[in-house]
Amino acid sequence: MLDYHALAPDLIIAGTVLAVLGADLFLPQERKWWSAVIGIFGLTLALIPIFTLAVDDSSLRSMFGGSYVIDDFALVLKTFFIITGYVVLLMSVSYIESDRYYQGEYYFLVLASLLGGMVMASSRDLITLFVGLELVSGPAFLLAGWRKGDAKSNEAALKFFIIGVLSAAILLYGMSLVYGMTGGLTFEEIRAGSVTVSDEPVFVLGILLVLVGFGFKMAAVPFHFWAPDTYEGAPTPVTAYLSVGSKAAGFVGVLLVSYLAFAESPEIWGPALWILAVLSMTVGNLVALRQENLVRLLAYSSIAHAGFMLVPFAAASLLDSGDLEKAFAATLSYILIYGMMNLGAFAVIIAGARRVGSGQLRDWEGLGSYAPGLGLLLTLFFFSLAGIPPLAGWFAKFVMFQAVLQDANGWTVALAAIAAVNAVIALYYYAKVVKGVWMDPVPDSINPKAVPGRVAPSLGLALGILAFGVILAGVYPSVIAEFTEAASFLAGG
Amino acid sequence: MEWFDNGWGLSLVVFLPLVGALALLAVPKDEEDTAKWVALLTASASLFFAIVAAFRFDYGDAGTFQLGTVKEWIPAIGSNFEIGIDGISLPLLVLSTAIVVLSIVYSWDHWPEPHNPKGFLILILFLATGMAGTFVALDLVLFFVMFELVLLPMYFMIGIWGDKTKMKLPGFNHEVETRLYASIKFFLFTLFGSAFMLLGFLALNLRGGTFSIPELTELGANGAFTGTFAFLVFGALFLGFAVKVPMWPLHTWLPDAHTAAPTVGSVLLAAILLKLGSYGFIRISIPILPNEARDWAPAIAILAVIAIIYGSLACLAQKDMKRLIAFSSVGHMGFVMLGIATLTPVGITAAVIGMVAHGVITGMLFFLAGSMQHRYHTREMARLGGNLKLMPVLGGIFGFTAMASLGLPGLAGFWGEFMALLGSYEPLAGLSLGVFRTAMVVGAIGTVLTAGYLLWMLQRVNLGEPSEEWATHEFHDADRFELVAWVPMLVSILAIGIYPKIITGPANDAVKAMIETAF
Repeated sequence: MLDYHALAPDLIIAGTVLAVLGADLFLPQERKWWSAVIGIFGLTLALIPIFTLAVDDSSLRSMFGGSYVIDDFALVLKTFFIITGYVVLLMSVSYIESDRYYQGEYYFLVLASLLGGMVMASSRDLITLFVGLELVSGPAFLLAGWRKGDAKSNEAALKFFIIGVLSAAILLYGMSLVYGMTGGLTFEEIRAGSVTVSDEPVFVLGILLVLVGFGFKMAAVPFHFWAPDTYEGAPTPVTAYLSVGSKAAGFVGVLLVSYLAFAESPEIWGPALWILAVLSMTVGNLVALRQENLVRLLAYSSIAHAGFMLVPFAAASLLDSGDLEKAFAATLSYILIYGMMNLGAFAVIIAGARRVGSGQLRDWEGLGSYAPGLGLLLTLFFFSLAGIPPLAGWFAKFVMFQAVLQDANGWTVALAAIAAVNAVIALYYYAKVVKGVWMDPVPDSINPKAVPGRVAPSLGLALGILAFGVILAGVYPSVIAEFTEAASFLAGG
Repeated sequence: MEWFDNGWGLSLVVFLPLVGALALLAVPKDEEDTAKWVALLTASASLFFAIVAAFRFDYGDAGTFQLGTVKEWIPAIGSNFEIGIDGISLPLLVLSTAIVVLSIVYSWDHWPEPHNPKGFLILILFLATGMAGTFVALDLVLFFVMFELVLLPMYFMIGIWGDKTKMKLPGFNHEVETRLYASIKFFLFTLFGSAFMLLGFLALNLRGGTFSIPELTELGANGAFTGTFAFLVFGALFLGFAVKVPMWPLHTWLPDAHTAAPTVGSVLLAAILLKLGSYGFIRISIPILPNEARDWAPAIAILAVIAIIYGSLACLAQKDMKRLIAFSSVGHMGFVMLGIATLTPVGITAAVIGMVAHGVITGMLFFLAGSMQHRYHTREMARLGGNLKLMPVLGGIFGFTAMASLGLPGLAGFWGEFMALLGSYEPLAGLSLGVFRTAMVVGAIGTVLTAGYLLWMLQRVNLGEPSEEWATHEFHDADRFELVAWVPMLVSILAIGIYPKIITGPANDAVKAMIETAF
């Protein structure tokens, strides 16, 4: 007998996916945006069973021989994916409507991709994890190429697709090696089986290939090169989704395999992720310094943030189990906070690009003088990304540093110092955008009177939710920390 | 009044300006008068509660933290909302709230371009919360958040309302406006320092198991932090605080930022923001890591006297009046750091009174420089002269303040310098007498140089006959807003000069208690 209560959130989203596709057949052209309303309704509905599951005391519900569970980690991430989807839908309505084609399919694909993320959050074996990941990626390939007439959008989709397929192949190959060596598919079996084989080169290779596969999804250097082109070419709401939802999916995968499946061999993934973290932070930030296009700038910034999120992993390889939870919670907190502020930054770019007509920083100069509200929101999200208190980003950086320093040795202190220097470098390019918006004169090519004034209400709602979240989580970080602390029990086991 | 003593009073002092800032967001941009009154009222209320706190404060017990509270804030990382004041933070808290009110009064009719009083006032109020918050915070995380909270408003203040003159950067072909260069330089320097400061805080927490400053102080006194660990932590904290002070050679952001900032920005920077750094040394570095403080003290003393001499010599080379005052801050903060480095009650009390005196005096000098620039439209000293004849009141105040700044006995500036030198004659037992007595002699030479450049400035700006350029020009002397803002500062310069015990009394008890626990 299936536990339908536990499956309810995923089932509701699956139902919504079908409802959106079905409704699209009947909706007349001018009312296609109703599919977004259906989507939002479904997402809200899915929050109800998540809530009842969260307050239910028998917190761990395990199904299909331990392959699929509902625990605090799964619930926190499902909520994260749902809220991400909520905001992405709100951001998309006015953007996609102005293009006037295939709206129904658009929402269908976004929701399907989200469902993949929710499946990943519950998955506790390699197959389910892989299926979830592919469900995240498949629709995303199509979404990246949504602006068919635009060569850049085509390039974005093609690059993303080829890299996605390549990374899936690498990931699967790695998984097959791990399965071959340990004889298990669920994380528990792999962990038990890995004790005897942890020195075998093939097993080590398997772990490294799995990490490489996820590395592409996380857009960590040196597996990042697709990201800037794809981010720039894809429609901006899709980019927002890729940089948050799809990246988070990659991190969910790494969190699960590192802390659960490969928990016995942190000496293999620890150093590998140390290198990835340092490279991602440094390369991402240094290249971002020279970007003139806001979306590309955020693309490189999101690569750098992937580096910051990987920092606690590197520290984890040196810790005993009590402290592993802290490293786990640090990465999770970072993902949640990063999701909020990065979605916010993209929402501002969508709203601003509508007014200014371009994503080039040069054209955004002086925006604060004729659109002070947008300027304020941009300042809020960009300085939050930079980690300036009292905006949410400071807490993400704080727990990251705390995790890496908790058992200090030469490697972790060096990592902390590199991260600290990177935090300062990052400030420069975030501040450069803010400087342009507030301190530079309006360029001659922009006529502030001619640009349309209002932000679409749905986009305004998304901006409001995110701004509120960024301030609340910055002033009272317990709203994030409580959940991540509860979810991090996984790493202790 | 029990509620007041339970932390509510201090919370009101800290957060009322923030409430004011949020209220201002709702005020339409055109209603400038409403905006001004909202800002003035909330800032005044904050000052009022700070003064009430000064009256509720038990001076017989100045060494313990009072009027504070501990509330759960972020249990996941073990950080609490812990606040309180002792004899060291009380004068600084009153100073910072008072300077904010006076800055708003001064601004009433003197808005720098591009105008927009609403935005400007919001930034001042945010600064007010950050500054007051740093002085009452007794939790390292809270301290860090408040310490960083001042960055954004000051960045915008310099970047938007700052000096628009073009400048050429060495190594670059194109010119940039001074404000843009100065604001990002200020931001990057401070953030660099505070990123390492944060690492230091975290390290202390991981070793000590708490973020509470009183608890860590106790642990530190019992020798919980030693060896390489303590060395690295002290170094990290040193970077954070030394950039803020600023100590030579990390001072290069200061002349640019002070010169480029609008008048009120320079005043707040000089009067309060620099003190956050030296306060950090007194509140965190020394009591928590006493042994490291002892090891680093000679180095700090040497850097301090270099700053004194370097600052004075740099002043003598300036053409721009505001830049001269900015460099004088480097020298004066050198005396503060010299006092701290002695690790004696006399020296650290000297630092506290020096901080307050420098806050009032240099804040006043920046007000005057701003008002004079407003009238002459230049800060170039070669073009000025005979100011006293053109504007007797403003010129007189300028002369008085410069005298206070050069350390004339009987005015506030004297005590900080005098006691710092006194303290370095007899530093904490175990510190190298040779280094500190040499520092004393060099510092004494520094006081002569200080007198030199300030008198030289007075001679060029204030005395003599007005040049032809200005002789026929009609100037309006200090107006009522300026006088309302300045008279309290002038009175306190005189009051502290004649009766320094209002500062040294509570401070000395607190410092003594701190030194006794630490060493």
